[in-house]
Amino acid sequence: MRATNEAIAAAPPPMRSGRMRTALRGRGGAVATLPLVGPAVVLLLIWSLVPLVMTLWFSFRRYNLLNPMIHGFAGWNNYRFLFQDPALLSSLVVTVVLVAAVLAITVGLGAVLAAVFETGFPGRGIARVLMISPFFVMPTVSALIWKNLLMNPVNGLFAWILRGVGLPTFDWFASAPLISIIVIVAWEWLPFAFLILMTSLQSLDEEIIEAARLDGAGPVAMFRYIQVPHLGRSISVVVMIETIFLLGIFAEIYVTTAGGPGVATTNLAFLIYQRALLAFNVGSASAAGVIAIVLANIVAIFLINTVAKRLDV
Amino acid sequence: MNPRDKQFHPVAAAVAWLASLLMFFPIFWMVLASFKTETQAIQTPPLLLFRPTLENYHDIFIRADYPLFAWNSVAISLAATVVMLVVAVPASFAMAFYPTKRTRGTLLWMLSTKMLPAVGVLVPIYLIAKDAGLLDSRIALILIYMLSNLPIGVWMLFTFFRETPKAIIEQSRIDGAGVWDSIVHVLLPLGLPGIASTALLSIILCWNEAFWSLNLSAHDAAPLTAFIASFSAPEGLFWAKLSAAATLATVPILLFGWFSQRQLVRGLTFGAVK
Amino acid sequence: MPTWLRWTIAAAVVICSNAMAHAATITIATVNNNDMIVMQQLASHWEQQTGNKINWVVLEENVLRQRVTTDIATGGGQFDVMTIGSYEAPIWGKQKWLLPLDDFPKSYDYNDIFKSVRDALSSDGHLWAVPFYAESSFLMYRKDLFSKAGLTMPAQPTWAEVEGFAKKLTDRAHQQYGVCLRGKPGWGENMALIDTMVNTFGGRWFNEKWQPQLDTKPWQDAVTFYVNLLRNYGPPGASSNGFNENLALFSTGHCAMWVDATVAAGFVSDPKKSQVVGKVGFAPAPIAKVPNGNHWFWAWALAIPKSSHEAAIAKSFLRWATSQAYIKLVAQTNGWVLVPPGTRKSTYDNPQYIAAAPFAKQVEHAIQTADLDHPTAQPVPYTGIQYVAIPEFQAIGTTVGQLMAAALTGQTTVDQALKQAQAQVKSAMDQAGYTQ
Repeated sequence: MRATNEAIAAAPPPMRSGRMRTALRGRGGAVATLPLVGPAVVLLLIWSLVPLVMTLWFSFRRYNLLNPMIHGFAGWNNYRFLFQDPALLSSLVVTVVLVAAVLAITVGLGAVLAAVFETGFPGRGIARVLMISPFFVMPTVSALIWKNLLMNPVNGLFAWILRGVGLPTFDWFASAPLISIIVIVAWEWLPFAFLILMTSLQSLDEEIIEAARLDGAGPVAMFRYIQVPHLGRSISVVVMIETIFLLGIFAEIYVTTAGGPGVATTNLAFLIYQRALLAFNVGSASAAGVIAIVLANIVAIFLINTVAKRLDV
Repeated sequence: MNPRDKQFHPVAAAVAWLASLLMFFPIFWMVLASFKTETQAIQTPPLLLFRPTLENYHDIFIRADYPLFAWNSVAISLAATVVMLVVAVPASFAMAFYPTKRTRGTLLWMLSTKMLPAVGVLVPIYLIAKDAGLLDSRIALILIYMLSNLPIGVWMLFTFFRETPKAIIEQSRIDGAGVWDSIVHVLLPLGLPGIASTALLSIILCWNEAFWSLNLSAHDAAPLTAFIASFSAPEGLFWAKLSAAATLATVPILLFGWFSQRQLVRGLTFGAVK
Repeated sequence: MPTWLRWTIAAAVVICSNAMAHAATITIATVNNNDMIVMQQLASHWEQQTGNKINWVVLEENVLRQRVTTDIATGGGQFDVMTIGSYEAPIWGKQKWLLPLDDFPKSYDYNDIFKSVRDALSSDGHLWAVPFYAESSFLMYRKDLFSKAGLTMPAQPTWAEVEGFAKKLTDRAHQQYGVCLRGKPGWGENMALIDTMVNTFGGRWFNEKWQPQLDTKPWQDAVTFYVNLLRNYGPPGASSNGFNENLALFSTGHCAMWVDATVAAGFVSDPKKSQVVGKVGFAPAPIAKVPNGNHWFWAWALAIPKSSHEAAIAKSFLRWATSQAYIKLVAQTNGWVLVPPGTRKSTYDNPQYIAAAPFAKQVEHAIQTADLDHPTAQPVPYTGIQYVAIPEFQAIGTTVGQLMAAALTGQTTVDQALKQAQAQVKSAMDQAGYTQ
């Protein structure tokens, strides 16, 4: 069974016909791809175009929900005020730092833990189940638990532990606000990375592992030279999906620091929230939204060109 | 030799167990708090041993219509996932097995539709929903969730299908099957684990989505996220009650995830057909 | 057709149409505070009386405010009754988004409602929302800790005296902190307190020409005092502590003094929720240079959006939920200490209430003396003590609140924070067209 599959998998990839867009020849006859891909594309087109157009339109108008007296064409004013606002640049920095740090932690720890789980040990099933639990909890709830039951410097569990060993209490959200948020978000997303990487490792060919072991490779060398390269593809998937969600992290910030102290934890999504739902300044929020789209597209292009190459797209 | 027989590394086992317990601990702490009184929940030193009480759960069931919220969550998550799969499976089938020059661009563009923060489009979408008479309706949430998760679904299915040997599909086509036949009768059974894991991810994302669900629902379509929002941060002590509400909102999806994670594990094979 | 049949049919029609006229459903959006939860539970009485049904939407304050604001500003029509605050009521009333509520019958007794509360919810001569409960702020302190240290609380404490007390009552080794104050960023969180401090230090948000005044001496004095006080004698993590966190600290015995909302008095006197029952004393909120604006005012009120299709029935509910009869109903079912405070004189004239709530007179005094029209010593173009009743204030207040939190944690100095705050507020006011 395995040999047959290997043979099939080793067969040459399908011919790519550059000329015919809608019907492709493979062995077995032409397949009209347009009606298959069509619905998805059309739906997403409507879903992205309509809000996009409305957002673009609003970004050039003076439109404050709470103050209907304000209306009219704003020209570039919304963008101008936004770019003059130092909060914009800092929010971009915070966004990038947040995404990069969580990616590093979840992928790094996820890969190591996946390798550790690969070695059989009693109760692995249960341990795995415990390991993935954080992913099922609502982000708002996660943030509240971490903030009030764990990280609170007077009543929290961490404070009690620190006091127990004689260390001074640490005010997480005042002294290290961004790090605290990163910890919470990484806790939420580690299960996702772990699950994908772990199952990818399970498909690693036994014979290769045996061969390496016979060659005298210890666990660290095994990890570095055998397992990590095999994980390339799945790491790419994890990075892509996590990046999409991490760019828009909002609930955790809203519940814990409300973007502060100062603007230390205001990322772009939170900045838009402040404009849209505190000030109800739809014009300014739309301008920030357009900037978010531009940033996200840059990130997406970057991701596709580096990471997606590994997926043979 | 059975490939599943691995050498037992005690250090690895210890690390694995420590990590699992640490990861699960905050949830355990939350569930524990749900059985405490309000003052016990915020007390220092933190209580591990105490007389448990059901008063929080009792109050919750009196105050809020939990079955309605739970049913809304279940219905919306399942319906959105099913509709998403119906649209995504053919699309990823086509892109995985019959890619064109445009495939990469299409995938990139699909990803980018998820990049606009929802907060920025609240007002336009609210206005559209209002004009369509879809405020506080499950349909509106199902549609929005389906559209939000479609890019993720397409991406994940695309990755799974690329692992499926194309020869099997082609064989069925050589044998005379139409495109839809080969999707339904050949691809689905073969790719079921992958489809199942995509479905699981979509269900989790719908279940925990807390922006549209709060803003587009009022009473009839309110899912468990609104249930949580009605117990969080009132004036006064609330952590025990919130823990109880969160437990009630999380336990269904947690159990569902635990039981189907075996399916998930089998689905993410990334290259080995077992 | 025989006469008796005609009369029977007519009677049946009348009965059926009455039943149909009353079998309506209204949707009520409200905050998840205790008093509203009680209202939700007791509303079944109203439902039985009138035959109508209520769909409840209960959310936490920030989410609720955002939700109902989006709905009313876009004309969404999702709610028949909204719970709003004294901040929104005059603004939305002026925009004509709400129905005026001046036409209740005489039995409702508008004059029984405190004048300050009625004024706070009115603009252009109309009442736009009926108050459900109202609060001010005052100083709560631990009588036992004070007597142990040989200190007495004066009848009207000053902030300087508070600092002196706090110094003597702070014992960090035993997690006892001299004073707990709000530090969590938010226009309704830390800024509520800081605004009262600025007022009483002689400052104001804007001058008559709407120019921001955050770089003036009163602001500097007030914020410097606040930051030093909390840093020296406050609990760790103060910059994340809002009302709830401070309530938790005070009820578990960690704070010697706490300046905050008068509703806290009920919580700290509840044996089920507080470990300091019977040990709490109450004093007016501290003053500094001037007595103006040292204690704030907030009311939660019920209002009806213009877009509601069931205005008459909604009004019937409003009349019921804010009436003297409702207050008596709460007293019967839950006890006098849990009746919604701060709205009606008759409540505070009732000896049973005074007996159950020893802090009642202090609260009544605070609410009656809260002057939203003259919150500061110098003249101002706005109303509101701990907020400025303009639509832009939510964003402005939160931005400044974040900068205050940054000053508190030491991320910036007070001067830097105020300078940035002044710049941000000026920019926002320019954009909104108040100043040019």
